Amino acid sequence: MTHFLKKALADIRSNRFLNLITIITISLSILVVSVFLLFFENASRVIESWNQGGRAMIYLAKDFSLDYLPELKAKINAVGEIDEMIYISKTQALDKLKKNMASQSTFLKTLKENPLPDALEIRMKSYNSFEEVQKFAQSIKAIEIVEDVEYGQGWLGRFLKIFNLFKITGYAMCSLFFLIALFITANTVRLAFYSRKLEVEIMRLVGATETFIKAPFYVEGLLQGFLGGIMGLAILLITYLMISSGMTQSLASYIYFDIRFLSIKMVILIIAGSTFLGWFGCYLSLKQILK
Amino acid sequence: MDDKNNKNSIIRLFNVCKRYGGKLALKDITLDIEQGEFIFISGPSGAGKSTLLRILYLAENVSEGQILIDGMNLARISSSKLPFLRRRFGMVFQDFKLIPNRTVYENVALVLEAAGEKPSYIRKKVMQVLRITGMEKKYKALPPTLSGGEQQRVAVSRAVVGDPCIILADEPTGSLDSKSAQAVLDFLMEYHKKGATVLIASHNLHLLESTVRGKNIEIRDGMIKRTATML
Repeated sequence: MTHFLKKALADIRSNRFLNLITIITISLSILVVSVFLLFFENASRVIESWNQGGRAMIYLAKDFSLDYLPELKAKINAVGEIDEMIYISKTQALDKLKKNMASQSTFLKTLKENPLPDALEIRMKSYNSFEEVQKFAQSIKAIEIVEDVEYGQGWLGRFLKIFNLFKITGYAMCSLFFLIALFITANTVRLAFYSRKLEVEIMRLVGATETFIKAPFYVEGLLQGFLGGIMGLAILLITYLMISSGMTQSLASYIYFDIRFLSIKMVILIIAGSTFLGWFGCYLSLKQILK
Repeated sequence: MDDKNNKNSIIRLFNVCKRYGGKLALKDITLDIEQGEFIFISGPSGAGKSTLLRILYLAENVSEGQILIDGMNLARISSSKLPFLRRRFGMVFQDFKLIPNRTVYENVALVLEAAGEKPSYIRKKVMQVLRITGMEKKYKALPPTLSGGEQQRVAVSRAVVGDPCIILADEPTGSLDSKSAQAVLDFLMEYHKKGATVLIASHNLHLLESTVRGKNIEIRDGMIKRTATML
């Protein structure tokens, strides 16, 4: 392995410019992918926080009576695991509204009857996605006495649709950059191979196996991918550190969260993916040349 | 051919033909080379000498006929086993075929690295061979900085470093002055004395007749015209 590593490093040194261009191309591709992943990771956290940890409001029909409450609670518990369930009567709701709208409370005093419904505020014990909350809410809505279930399906649902659209665009962009990086890596290996054609021919003549001949190219591809990944992430980290503090301060009042860098798991995944990209480019190239 | 009469045969060719398109480069070559023989393949340019060597070191396949190397039928050797068979050969070429951006040491060491030898053994063995061929002091030099004679000595070092049982040399003295040519032939003779079978293809009959003692196989128009022992 040391032998192949030495050979690969020697080749990278002798073809500095070509290898540098490849590493930069890979790093830029990784940068684009990482930016999207950074956005998705943070956006997912925002959605989770906006969804308030699986909270939902269950609005009850006008003919609801307190006698029915134990049975209703049992029915809701049967749908899914509930961590917390608070009954809010329409009187309590109106009082709370009056308190919150202190300046416009005169308007509320003119109301002849309480327009607000009785409600149950619930929090799910465990949930993995917004879709799960949505499914849960639909099951509750099917209960006879339940008028409506509010879990942020309006604006949050619309936001999620936009977010998903953005996600698809992100995937498409990532795939495109992946293909570009793959193409560049494959071409670098191809050029490296042709520049060492005599060497390969001599190696064959002296009894080198195909593995012995190909190994330095694979190591070179792996190194390019690995270094490209590290460089791409380093650029992202530097950019993140430079702008994140100021951005968090200005956005804090609007979105109530801090922008975090990619998780360690994601960083490892990106570097592994980038290294694989280098290897795969090499594999495709050698497969074509040595077929 | 009778196996009893050829028990020491290391290379055997049976009715070998090599065709390039419609042109026959080798016609019905049947040959038996014993272990430890020194064979000189002579003939004019284009006679088929290089083609014969290329077929022997598996750079090309035969169009017809069969070749046995040390009892192994080349037609039945799988591509994955080819490298292991090639390690039995040491090859010397007229154009040296040295890797220009690798040092003398690295060029010679390549054979042993490819064979998976240990670095300590490689260092010892390569320097030992370079000492014999007189290239020890230039082990760090790159081939383009060496003279033709020196480059061929490096090529000979590479050919013999793996202790091959067969050495094939295609016009090894073709681009050398008489002194360098003599030196290269002396090295090949040295390894022949150690037991290696040596096949040299050259049109320089005069030089070889004055140097070696062995069998001369004369090839013309792709056919063996004459086989003679040089004394």
